[in-house]
Amino acid sequence: MALEIGGKNIATDEEGYLENLTDWTPEIASAMALAEEQPVTLTDEHWEIINFLREYYEEYQIAPAVRVLTKAVGKRLGADKGTSKYLYSLFPYGPGKQACKYAGLPKPTGCV
Amino acid sequence: MADYEIPKLTGLGYVEVPALEPDSMAGKGPYVAKPEFQKALHFPADFDKGVSEGYELVPDWKNRALEKLDDLRHRYRSLQLYLDICVKCGACTDKCHYFLGTKDPKNMPVARQDLLRKVYRRYFTFAGKYFPKLVGAVDLTEAVVEEWYNYYHQCSQCRRCSVFCPYGIDTAEVSMAGREILDHIGRGSKYNNEIISKVFKIGNNLGLPGLALADTLEGLEEDIEEDTGIKVRLPLDEVGAEVLLVTPSADFFAEPHVDGLIGYAKVFHEAGISWTLSSYASEGANFGLFIGSYENMRRIALRIREAAIQLKVKRIVFGECGHAWRVAYSFLNTLAGPFDFLDPKYPVPQHILEVTWGLIQDGKLVLDKTANDDKVLTFHDSCNVARGSRMGDKPGGQFEYPRNVIKAVCNHFVDMPADTIHDATFCCGGGGGLLTDDLMELRIKGAQPRMEALKYVTDTQGVTHMAAICAICKSQFTKVIPYYGFKMDQIVSVHQLVSNALVLQRQVSVQARPEDENEDR
Repeated sequence: MALEIGGKNIATDEEGYLENLTDWTPEIASAMALAEEQPVTLTDEHWEIINFLREYYEEYQIAPAVRVLTKAVGKRLGADKGTSKYLYSLFPYGPGKQACKYAGLPKPTGCV
Repeated sequence: MADYEIPKLTGLGYVEVPALEPDSMAGKGPYVAKPEFQKALHFPADFDKGVSEGYELVPDWKNRALEKLDDLRHRYRSLQLYLDICVKCGACTDKCHYFLGTKDPKNMPVARQDLLRKVYRRYFTFAGKYFPKLVGAVDLTEAVVEEWYNYYHQCSQCRRCSVFCPYGIDTAEVSMAGREILDHIGRGSKYNNEIISKVFKIGNNLGLPGLALADTLEGLEEDIEEDTGIKVRLPLDEVGAEVLLVTPSADFFAEPHVDGLIGYAKVFHEAGISWTLSSYASEGANFGLFIGSYENMRRIALRIREAAIQLKVKRIVFGECGHAWRVAYSFLNTLAGPFDFLDPKYPVPQHILEVTWGLIQDGKLVLDKTANDDKVLTFHDSCNVARGSRMGDKPGGQFEYPRNVIKAVCNHFVDMPADTIHDATFCCGGGGGLLTDDLMELRIKGAQPRMEALKYVTDTQGVTHMAAICAICKSQFTKVIPYYGFKMDQIVSVHQLVSNALVLQRQVSVQARPEDENEDR
């Protein structure tokens, strides 16, 4: 499968995750969000999470657990945002999977 | 949302045997594994060059499939028996959650098994060779392979049908053989095979590297200290610890799994048992079982042995994971034994519930049941624990231990209807290597019988939460129960309940870091 952005074809897997992490650009994240069944326009709040995910991935080579994510978001952006309810309000398909997709990270696998 | 109908719950507590809807679940099955994953698992990957993505069958696939079937029926005499002795009595037909939920007659266990059986008859029995039409034997064609792939990924290998089969035919073994044959002709499932290759490469299903694991555990130690004021340790790779804890990697990552992990840590802390996790064997799950691959199951199991030797532990304890416990309890010794280097005073291996229940009986844990008074609990027996293993030294221990522990830490517990618990338990709908988003319709529909039972005790006895002891069950339920009008946080880990009730008396961990001890003095 592929995603067409600015005339360029970006390879994705069957579920829409990037094949090559290095292909990622902010435009790709926005295009992925707009391509959803119910299109999402990314706001600053979404970007705060997406940027954190990318930083975390750079350091640990995996997406953070929801618990790690909520804790870090709470510390960085204020306790009212450090809840899974807040994250689900931004990413209704699940912060783990949906936000990771927009951030260009591979999908967490296993019994999760 | 979904372009399929979500079943409506009746409130009766059970699913009526549905009118048949032939081919309602016909389709292509889950995503196919890429050649790189087939290779990592030592399956044939000699696809013709130029084939797009390698999603074709391997060359000479027909002969190779029949050779594999022949190999398996000789290797496992049980399989030969199951292929021969079914009399089509129909006792299994309405026992399968996927049949009840999807209404597809090919999901009756007998019919699903027959997809393989009719090919077996054609090539390996006298009647099928000479009078195929008389005995319902068919040629192996690509269409048959597609059907195998689709329907052998609509069986969660839960073995509920086997309980009701007068001949004791184990459908799971037939499904596993089907998947093993498919893996040998280029039709592995992406979900299972990508995950197994991650175990070989990184050490766990998640692909969680050691550094990330260490960071996660440190974070949990901080959380527990914040919560209780006590430095409870979650040690990683500590040589010389008494216990090696092997637990599904979902326990490091997902909710409510993590809360269960915190529970194990508190129990070990309080009992003064030194323990450690291993970054090398950081996975309890063994998906080799799901794909029927003895070789891969063994490769995964051996990692646990190696970690136990390297870390010089005396005991191996398994966390809350259904099929991990089946593999551990039933097969670990023959797969990766002998374990003569462990302390013979303890069972090899031990389940965390055996540890916790033992400590409770010995009065070693101070428990405040009222901590769980905001809940009315019920318990979901996981298939692989209920029908493939045991706990303790008496028959049925696998049913009693989890319930005993829950009752010791909660004031309010009720069971779901009798034909949905113990060895008649219904699968969560996501077991056996099917917990993947591309099978969401199947997962939602397959959960219906369990949801009916949960709804029944919710309406009649005010149940608010359902506890489970399997990472797959927990993830599957948190994902699908919202479709049935429940909330995802109604699913809890058993050791999460223990964690809530346990009042820590021990102020300093027996594994306290030197700097921590100084601080406390």
